[in-house]
Amino acid sequence: MPDGYFGSYLTLAIYSLAMIGLVGGTLGLNRLVSPKVPGKEKMTTYESGVDPIGSGQSQTTIRYYMFALLFVIFDVEAVFLFPWAVVFEEIGVFAFVEMMIFVAILALGLLYAWRKKVLDWI
Amino acid sequence: MQGLIFLVVAATSGFAAVRLVTNKNLVHAALYLVVTLMGMAIIFLLLTAEFVAWVQVLIYVGAVIVLLLFGLMLTRAQIGKTALDRQQRWVAGPVALVLFGVTAPVLWRFFDGRTISLDRQSGNTEALGTEIFTKFVLPFEVVSVLLLAALVGAVFLAKKD
Repeated sequence: MPDGYFGSYLTLAIYSLAMIGLVGGTLGLNRLVSPKVPGKEKMTTYESGVDPIGSGQSQTTIRYYMFALLFVIFDVEAVFLFPWAVVFEEIGVFAFVEMMIFVAILALGLLYAWRKKVLDWI
Repeated sequence: MQGLIFLVVAATSGFAAVRLVTNKNLVHAALYLVVTLMGMAIIFLLLTAEFVAWVQVLIYVGAVIVLLLFGLMLTRAQIGKTALDRQQRWVAGPVALVLFGVTAPVLWRFFDGRTISLDRQSGNTEALGTEIFTKFVLPFEVVSVLLLAALVGAVFLAKKD
């Protein structure tokens, strides 16, 4: 296990490469040894056993976008949690109160979305 | 070693960036943007800016790309069938060259010969946290109001249909 700043990331890099190699190797081996009998039916898009109709591109509802947007906003919130967690012990109660106010203000937004039935999936 | 990693990552990022703007399929372009932004994150890591690197991964690679892809799915436009090109290469080219010509020498002159110390135990996340949670308390809380405004605005617009 290498030490230091770059050492820790070297460990991560070696681990990632091993994982990519494992997955790629297994899939590659599968491709090498598996028999291939292509057909017109087999080449269609898999749609849970139902024949696909229309093109792959279609307009989706705004509901999906709302969930993506909620994700972005709470992702930005999560970014602030990391430096907060690092200095939490150092600053103590004050930091805790600060973050609770921050989360509470954002929770208001979530409450608004909930009451407006954006979170319901009809 | 770091120089070699930088070269590989920068080359991959640059290639993906070129493919990003020359690609006709917008979904593929968004996926090339993922490669470019991940390359940037690795470059930030090489510069020991750990926090910036992981924010890059969380916000840009995670959230912004998701928003972009969902935005593409929302449009009625036929993606990938026609080239979405405004044919403004003659304006864009010189502008990009001028920007590069200004920023590159400035960065070069400022950072030439500088080195980053690697002895720091906890890195700059701690310094950043101390700054935010002691000096910039009010701006930090205002950020939550800004996010709240974005959330409420989005909900309002989406429910108006």
